Amino acid sequence: MSLVGKDVVVELKNDLSICGTLHSVDQYLNIKLTDISVTDPEKYPHMLSVKNCFIRGSVVRYVQLPADEVDTQLLQDAARKEALQQKQ
Amino acid sequence: MADDVDQQQTTNTVEEPLDPIRLSLDERIYVKMRNDRELRGRLHAYDQHLNMILGDVEETVTTIEIDEETYEEIYKSTKRNIPMLFVRGDGVVLVAPPLRVG
Repeated sequence: MSLVGKDVVVELKNDLSICGTLHSVDQYLNIKLTDISVTDPEKYPHMLSVKNCFIRGSVVRYVQLPADEVDTQLLQDAARKEALQQKQ
Repeated sequence: MADDVDQQQTTNTVEEPLDPIRLSLDERIYVKMRNDRELRGRLHAYDQHLNMILGDVEETVTTIEIDEETYEEIYKSTKRNIPMLFVRGDGVVLVAPPLRVG
């Protein structure tokens, strides 16, 4: 299950919300978005000319995901496995 | 003997701090975050950083307004609903079962 290519909304710790297509994510959870637009009326800077962006992982507060693209069973199983790995 | 090893790996007792969170997978939980924010949602995934994925989330943001004349503190809260949310762990302060009134 990969959300690359899907539309997400990234909410930053400075209250900016950026909507865009998920291009890639790395080990630090840095995010690259393409074709971005700003959601949430008052809380945005003027980024009219910006198409693509790179967001440092540490400044992210939330990422809103499309619910029907997410396999919750898979996630829960993966989390249990991950927890096991951590104990070892 | 294989049983012993299995028992060690997937126990239902709470030993380490992240165990109660593991037991809360697919359950509704309450998350207190920095900046006077709270989340209630169904826990789908988490990791050792407390990054989490929550479904059917309600976020509550609490603010205090000061009345200019009386200087009294007015508590206001703003809620919103999000169907599926990734939460970065560095904002998380507390994770618990949902608060039940009465």
